[in-house]
Amino acid sequence: MQNSECFQKIKNKFPDISIEEQPNGLVIPKASLLEVAVFLKNEISFENCHCVTAVDRKDKMELVYLLYSTPNHFMLTLKTFVALDDLTVETVSGLWRSADWLERETFDLFGIKFLNHPDLRRIMNPDNWTDFPLRKDFKMEGFIPRPQSPGLKG
Amino acid sequence: MAINETIPGSHIIETFPGGEIVLAKSEEVMKWAKGSSLWPLTFGLSCCAIEMMATGASHFDIDRLGSGVFRGSPRQCDLMIIAGTVCVKMGDCLKKLYEQMPEPKYVIAMGNCAIGGGLFYYDSYSVVKGVEKLGVPVDLYVSGCPPRPEDLLHGIMKLQEKIKNAKQRVLPKDKE
Repeated sequence: MQNSECFQKIKNKFPDISIEEQPNGLVIPKASLLEVAVFLKNEISFENCHCVTAVDRKDKMELVYLLYSTPNHFMLTLKTFVALDDLTVETVSGLWRSADWLERETFDLFGIKFLNHPDLRRIMNPDNWTDFPLRKDFKMEGFIPRPQSPGLKG
Repeated sequence: MAINETIPGSHIIETFPGGEIVLAKSEEVMKWAKGSSLWPLTFGLSCCAIEMMATGASHFDIDRLGSGVFRGSPRQCDLMIIAGTVCVKMGDCLKKLYEQMPEPKYVIAMGNCAIGGGLFYYDSYSVVKGVEKLGVPVDLYVSGCPPRPEDLLHGIMKLQEKIKNAKQRVLPKDKE
């Protein structure tokens, strides 16, 4: 199956989601995440979820899943947006076991809560921390920001 | 005297004619023994540990200085070589290991990360900016990123010198 066929199939099933060509990406509403994920896994055999991460866009959080389809040799970026006042999203760890720890990492660094996750604890940072280090507004005692470089100006 | 020079530590021993009786100051002998048998803790945290392993291997041979006996338990160690980046989560563990070591104990901070954060000084939420921030007293700093094995050997020799020239070491509990 070619990339274009994959996208065509997705487009036929979910007509209202937007597709980014570069990188091979799908931007989906948060509510339909699980539905799309099940479709991608079962119909187009995206059987490998090798990265879950997030991007702090200041006004919202962008959640990114990197999926790989071994039979089609095709990588797909699945994106969804989470509002800052409701940082919850449905877990996909039931579909991809690898997403279990990846979601824990995303929770650890960005504070996005994954609903129905089997074991949502901090994975790397100390358990008694209450804030999330990769957010833009992160502040901490002893945290020294890099001084702004003047750069290569004229 | 020609024979004496080949015996380690002979400079602190006085031999009576005949060689059956020797005299030495007990403190000098103790210091010499301490400096010549610094058993390090097997405690490598990151890339500096690779250099520490290389120092322990035959090419550089840390055993020449009597400190090649890397121990797995802090209770059998005299020297803690903090080789690498100390993360916040590792900090508690490091302090616990230091406290478990029996006196006299020495600490070498090896590499820029252990000295003051190194590469991770700016923009880092997870790295301790130098082991002294944890309250672990450091006897000797070996700079480099990472230091070469020769640097570590030089550091150990400097530590031996420090032990040899030390006045009566004050234990932390005597200070209080």
